[in-house]
Order: sequence, then structure tokens, then C-alpha cells
Amino acid sequence: MTLVFEIAKTHLLSKPKQTIVAMLGVTFGIGMFVAMVSLMTGLNDMTENLAMTSSPDIHIYHDNTLERKSIAEEINPGGVNVVYHSKPKNETPKVRNALRMAEIIRKHPEVRGVSAQLTSQVFYNYGPIQLNGQVSGVDILEEDRLFNIQGKMKQGRMEDLIVNQDGIIMGTGLARKLKAKTGDRVVITTPQGFTMTLKIVGLFQMGIGAIDNVKSYANISTVQNILQRDKSYLTDINIKLYDFNLAKDIAPEFQKTFGYKAEDWETANATMLLGVIIRNILTYSVSITLLIVAGFGIYNILNMTIMNKMKDIAILKAMGFSGGDVKNIFMIQSLTIGLLGSVLGLAIGFLLSYLIAQAPFDGGDVLSIDHLPVNFKLKYYVVGILFGVATTAVAGYLPSRKAAKLDPIEIIRGQ
Amino acid sequence: MENVLRTHKITKYFYDPEKFQVLKGIDLTVNRGEFLSLVGKSGCGKSTLMYILSTMDTDYEGELEISGQRLTGKSLNELAAFRNAHIGFVFQFHYLLPEFTALQNIMIPALKLARYSRAEVEARAYAKLEMLGIQDFARKPTNKLSGGQQQRVAIARALINDPDIIMGDEPTGNLDSYNTHMVFDIFAELTHRYKQTIIAVTHDDEFARKSDRIIEMSDGTIISN
Ligand SMILES: Nc1ncnc2c1ncn2[C@@H]1O[C@H](COP(=O)(O)OP(=O)(O)O)[C@@H](O)[C@H]1O
Ligand SMILES: [Mg+2]
Repeated sequence: MTLVFEIAKTHLLSKPKQTIVAMLGVTFGIGMFVAMVSLMTGLNDMTENLAMTSSPDIHIYHDNTLERKSIAEEINPGGVNVVYHSKPKNETPKVRNALRMAEIIRKHPEVRGVSAQLTSQVFYNYGPIQLNGQVSGVDILEEDRLFNIQGKMKQGRMEDLIVNQDGIIMGTGLARKLKAKTGDRVVITTPQGFTMTLKIVGLFQMGIGAIDNVKSYANISTVQNILQRDKSYLTDINIKLYDFNLAKDIAPEFQKTFGYKAEDWETANATMLLGVIIRNILTYSVSITLLIVAGFGIYNILNMTIMNKMKDIAILKAMGFSGGDVKNIFMIQSLTIGLLGSVLGLAIGFLLSYLIAQAPFDGGDVLSIDHLPVNFKLKYYVVGILFGVATTAVAGYLPSRKAAKLDPIEIIRGQ
Repeated sequence: MENVLRTHKITKYFYDPEKFQVLKGIDLTVNRGEFLSLVGKSGCGKSTLMYILSTMDTDYEGELEISGQRLTGKSLNELAAFRNAHIGFVFQFHYLLPEFTALQNIMIPALKLARYSRAEVEARAYAKLEMLGIQDFARKPTNKLSGGQQQRVAIARALINDPDIIMGDEPTGNLDSYNTHMVFDIFAELTHRYKQTIIAVTHDDEFARKSDRIIEMSDGTIISN
């Protein structure tokens, strides 16, 4: 076997340019794969992370756009009932007995935390600026248990909300747009026209524009006051589970039990998670394309080598090398190209990933990041080298088998 | 006298472009230490017979036996191993591996056989080079050697595993008369001094006349023995 290795090595070294070109094909494919997969999975993990940390695993609310029977249907069931221009019923988004429901849900063995709250669309007025947004009346300690508000405070202290009845904790993006700071007072106007002045006691940042640019937290009673509603007026129940993967199964259970819409986090973040799928498709299709191209390169070069080495193959066989020995000589060349090319590709991939991770990147209003998230996981490097070696093995197999089957007489006679 | 090679009614057909019998029941016995020339007009089937005798062509009828082993019907891998240990080749075109030095070319069949250690193989290869008077070229790449030198390297390579028989298909066909003489002298010495058995196809009448035995072929049969 060492002799076969020696011959393979001599072949590779006798045509260094050709060997290097074949190797660089693999290097390029694997390098791109590693860099792409590291960046794309980094983005995916971040997206999923944001989706999960900023939205509840299950969100229960009153969905008054749900399909409902017309009154004609109720009076005349089974008949032909046609109602033109049916409008939604004038209902408040109130969730009845929300606190009681929260207590029941809390006892569910899979539930880690529950926060009953009320949210409303509002206008924020600060000086001449008026912005559309959303305010949530929460028990901030409950909310903290669900979303780790404490860890996302950028200014002020979360506990200040408890002592300040007219306090508000505002998303950083919203505050920036309003040009307001902690300690400033903003006027809040509800769609019904009620107004109230609240004092900013802190700023939080979830990392997604969709939340940080519109949302504030206030105390439950404060928001009930602004909306001029009673103490039982709550609109949402947010739930976090021990295992977020169960949300899809548990949500319909709650929806059935309580008769309110229960939405899991995957449904709520469907568009965001679609990006994950698209990025995965992109990564694998580009990488596989590059590898196939590299594979064809190796196939060609090996075919050419074998054409040039017909005489050598004939003489080796005449001297007593078996078809298997000849196949090994060329498979070793192919796998050496694959292995060296892949290892170099991993190095290039690592370097690219490192550079991407260093480069400043402004997430703008959408994401609060200053660098692209890049994963440095051993797994992708292992997959990369397996990919590279597998491609070259496949590409090298056909020409090697052809060499093994060459009939030495044909070649010697042909001279 | 002990025979090294024996055939019984070797018959072969080619089917392309039309069915045509190229060998017609060849019976041949070669004794140990014989230097045998195979002559005949171009196209009479000499090369075809040599490929069968050398075990590279297995598509024939009849029987082939070398050194007491029946080779007809053996698998390709078995035949490859047999060639490695028992048969040496010298072709018209020297067929050396161009990326390797003369010494390496000679060592390859012996390393493949793995009967001796690498150091022993190298010493033996060097001894063959000395015997053929080309030890000065041991470390040279073979494509830097002249035709006569290359053919001597090829002979050394054929000898390295102490084969039972050396076969040559027009081994001097591509050499000038000086080198032809030299190759003949080498073959003669190998047979007379070392009892090496040699079968060589040749077109050179003088070469044939000086060998121990001439076999003449015509139209796929042996006409004089
Ligand atoms: N592969 C082949 N297919 C068909 N005919 C062949 C083939 N090889 C040789 N022949 C024919 O067989 C005959 C013998 O060829 P060969 O053994 O090469 O002759 P020699 O070596 O005596 O000159 C010739 O007529 C040649 O044309
Ligand atoms: Mg011939």
C-alpha cells in the first residue's frame, strides 16, 4: 500500500500546477460553505432568539375578527341565509376573567410564567412630535419573569415603575424618535381621545425595531385609567413555557378551554421565521453548487491525468499491479486533493467568518445590532470537511474505476 | 529437461471487423535457460501470442502453464500477482515511468512483490544496474536517458524479481544496431551465465540466428521449431 501512496504522491507532485488548481476548486467551495453557513446560522439563531425572547410562547387575546355566525344564521339554521356587508360586532378587546384564567394557566405543569395585561394603541406626544405606538399595562415583576426586562433596561431601573404610578418604561427606538430621555414627561392620547401625562422612568431594548420603536410599559391601573376602564379590564394573557417547542401543541388546548384566541410564538413570528428557511435554502444551494463545480473540476483533471498516464497504467498492470491497485493510485490522488483542499477551505472559511464578524454592521431601525452575528461552531467545520472529501471521492471514483478497467494490451498494441 | 512454459492448442479469434482466427492451435514448450526467438511475417500473430503467454490476454482457447502452474482460467488479480513474481517484460518502447528515476523504476516491481525490505530491494536494484553497466544513471529521471540506456533500465526492471521467464515483444525494434547488439549480448549472457529463460519476438534475422532456438510463425501456426 505504501508503494501505491508513493506513486500517487509522485503523480501529484509532478504536475504541481494542475494539483493546485484542483485543490483550490475544493478550497473555494468549502471556504464559501463555512463562511456562509456560519453567517446564516448566526442570523438564524439571532432571529429565533429575538422572536422567542420578545414574544410570549403563547398569547391569549380576544380576536374579534374571528369568523362569527350572522344573526340570521342563528334564527334560521340550515336555511339559505345571505347577509351583505356584515360588519364586525362592536366589541371591546376585553378578555373576561383574565386574572382567574391566569391563575388556572399558572397551574399547568408546562407553564413557567403568566402575565395578564392590557394593551392599547396610543399616540405619544412630546413637544411637536406625535407618534403612533402601543402601551402595555403590566405587572412589571410578572413581565420580568417572562421577558427578563431587568436585563434589557438601557436606562433607569425597572423597579421605579412600581413606585411611580404615572411612570412609563419606553422602548429605546421610540424614545429616540421622540427625542425624549429618562425623566422627561410624555403625553399619551388614546384612540378614544383621553389623554394623560406620564413620566419616563426607564428605557428598554429588546433588539427588534418592531417592539423597541413602538412599545412602552406602564402599570396596569395607569393604563386602565387612561382608557377609562374598570379594574377588571385586561386584554391579553402572555404565557412562557418551560419548553417553547410545546407552544404549538398547548395553544389550541388553551383556546378550546377558554374560548379566546391562543396564538403560539411560531405563528405570531411566521414572517420572521420564514427568513430562517430561506437562508437555509440559500446556504445549502450555493454551497452545493460550488462543490459540484469543484467536483467537476476534479473529475476533469483526473480524467486528463489518466489519459496522459495510459502508458504508465499499462506498464503497471503488466508488472503485476491489480485493477484495485491502479484504482487506489488515482483515488488517493483525488482524496488528497479533496482533503488538502478542504482543510485549506476551512482555514479560508474561518478567516472569512472572522472578518465578517469584525466588520461593523448597522442593523438600522429593524435590528439593534452593530456587528453581524456569526457562529463559530466546530460542527460546520466537520460538515465542511466531510462535504469536501465526499465530493472529491465521488468525482474521483469514476475516472479511477476507468483506469482500473483499462486493458493494458489495448494500450501496448496501440503503440 | 525442465520446462518453464507450456501451451496446449492455443487458439484465438478476433471478431472485429469480422470473425478471423489469428492463432490456430499453438503447441509450444520452452525449457529453462533457453533463449528463444519468435519470428514471422508482420501480422502472423506473434504479438497476439505473446500477450497470451504473458497472461495479459485471457480471451483464448487452449491451455497455458508457466513454472508448473496452470494459468488458464485464473482471475485477473491472481494473474497480476503471478506476473509480478514470475514474468519480466521488455517492450519495444521501453515504457518506463517518466516521473521516477532509473533506480525507482527498477525497484517498483520488487516493492510491489514485497519479498525483500526496501533497503534490500534498493541494493538488488543497484546490483542489476551495475550488471548492465548503467549504475551512473541510477538517480537520473528516465526521460533524461538515451534509448539504449532506457532499454537497459527496462531489462534491469524485468530482472528485479528473478522471474522464471522474460518476454520481449521486439525489444530491439526501436534501437540502432549498436544498441541492438548490446541488448542481444545482455540476453545471451543472462541465459548462458544465469540460466535465465527468454522469449523474444524479433524482426532482426541476425538477432534470431544468434539465439538458441528459432520459432517461425505463419498465419497463426508454428511452421518451424
Ligand atoms: N484487436 C484486434 N482486433 C482485430 N484484429 C487484430 C487485433 N489485433 C491484431 N489484429 C490482427 O491480428 C493479426 C495478428 O496481429 P499481431 O499479433 O499484432 O501480428 P504480429 O505481431 O505478428 O505482426 C493481424 O492481422 C492484425 O491485423
Ligand atoms: Mg507485433
